[in-house]
Amino acid sequence: MTMRATTAMPSVATAARAQVQVSLRAVDKEFNRTGRGGEAIHALGPIDLELRQGEFFAVVGPSGCGKSTLLELVAGLSTATRGEVAFEGRPIKGRIPDGVGVVFQEDASFPWLSVRDNIAFGLRRMKIDPRERERRIDSALAMMGLTAFAQSYPAQLSGGMRQRVCIARTLVTEPRLILLDEPFGALDQQTRLLMGDEVLNLWRKTGATVFLITHALDEAAMLADRIGVMSARPGRLIDIIETGWSRDRDSRIVQEEAFGAITARLWRSLRSESLKSIGKPEAGP
Amino acid sequence: MTQAGGGILKRAALWRIALLVVAVGGLELLCLTGRIDRLTMQPPHRILVDMVALLAGGQLNTAIAKTLGNAALAFVIAMVVGVTVAVVLHYFRSLRHTLDPLFATYYAIPMFAFYPLLIVLFGLGDTPQIFIGAMLAVVAVIVNTLNGLDRIPRVLLKTARVNQLSAWETATQVMLPCATPYILTGAKLAVAYSLIGIIGAEFIMSTGGMGYEISFAYTNFDNAKMYPLILLILAVSIAINTLLARWEKVLMARRGLS
Repeated sequence: MTMRATTAMPSVATAARAQVQVSLRAVDKEFNRTGRGGEAIHALGPIDLELRQGEFFAVVGPSGCGKSTLLELVAGLSTATRGEVAFEGRPIKGRIPDGVGVVFQEDASFPWLSVRDNIAFGLRRMKIDPRERERRIDSALAMMGLTAFAQSYPAQLSGGMRQRVCIARTLVTEPRLILLDEPFGALDQQTRLLMGDEVLNLWRKTGATVFLITHALDEAAMLADRIGVMSARPGRLIDIIETGWSRDRDSRIVQEEAFGAITARLWRSLRSESLKSIGKPEAGP
Repeated sequence: MTQAGGGILKRAALWRIALLVVAVGGLELLCLTGRIDRLTMQPPHRILVDMVALLAGGQLNTAIAKTLGNAALAFVIAMVVGVTVAVVLHYFRSLRHTLDPLFATYYAIPMFAFYPLLIVLFGLGDTPQIFIGAMLAVVAVIVNTLNGLDRIPRVLLKTARVNQLSAWETATQVMLPCATPYILTGAKLAVAYSLIGIIGAEFIMSTGGMGYEISFAYTNFDNAKMYPLILLILAVSIAINTLLARWEKVLMARRGLS
């Protein structure tokens, strides 16, 4: 395993050459507030961003800055008020594009379906050969360590295992872009580190682009090739940090000196924005 | 289910049985000692014996089949219409807000008063009775289904969108399965309401069915027929509700909610 944390590493250089998969151009999002004379809340933007094919991009920002709104725009779950979001060159206009999988923070497993049926749910609309379908389900079960629990129901599993069911359900569709909305938010620190390893494994095996929303700076520093730092609402990207980690990294990089440096830089960028988000002005040094 | 929870349920079941034994035993005693005269009521053991004899004799089979068949039809209509209307109301909030007060006061409407009108509309056959049975049951289904639909976690609906499900697929593959325990609560009420509707209508104006037979026995002081028929209705209702409750229990256990 090789780990580096300067700003011009081979993995980053490779990524830079890679094709742009997702692009956001001058994207703004406003929400109409009812009952206050139609006054709109400017939640996000303007944002310009490009995600490269196969990279791991994380977004951090203060609470309420619009991180999840940004993910919903990329997922097609929401439409931009201004600007354009495009996936593989085609604009997303509030329609979920093919090849995109989303894992949410909340438990999204269907409680009435077994683990196997939950995973198969992702394939319902895909016209694939039944043998190929079974192969994909078995492979996802194995990759997520759920083979022994295939016939169990979500209520019989731990929170971490249920989240793995949701990841497996996304995985079987073989998405080219995986969107993760604080997927480990409800888990304890040790489980989060281990789940982080699993996500890195998954990213390496599938070659998919991963877009992670997280409030945990250490999670972003460990997992991502690049980290976008968002301002307080209306959320804008105020910094993009390239971590320079190699593709074969795992949770052991938290022991690296460079890991601390990245986390410290993230906090430097974020601190004043976090204070703004809770209505406190920044104090002196 | 936790051990403590299981213990509480077992104790509740024992208490239920004990209460039933005390009530039936008390009634038996009152009847046998003549405190309640035979013209007013038969002792419970006699009702049971008469019911078995009625069923074995087969003379009321046509009436029983007619009532239970019509009640089953009313139940199915109430379930299909109730669940469909609930899903539509769930999508159209303003329509729901308009109808909500009507649901709250629905059971104050004396449905049987419309029976003559329904005969004018549907004729003298079974249709008016089935209509009344379905109308009585349908609102219980609508209200309980809406209750279940309101509790669907938003993230499951987002998951449906991410998986590119159509509105129909979202309703049938996500919303209704998620709301099933609440729909079953509505179904349990619908069983009772559809039976009440059919029997009540037969009681008022009909030439057959268990309601008609009870009414006929009632006016002729024929306790040997009236009470066994009432017991039979009770037994059918309890049996169906027990089956639905067991199904509900299995579903709740799968969801870790029992």
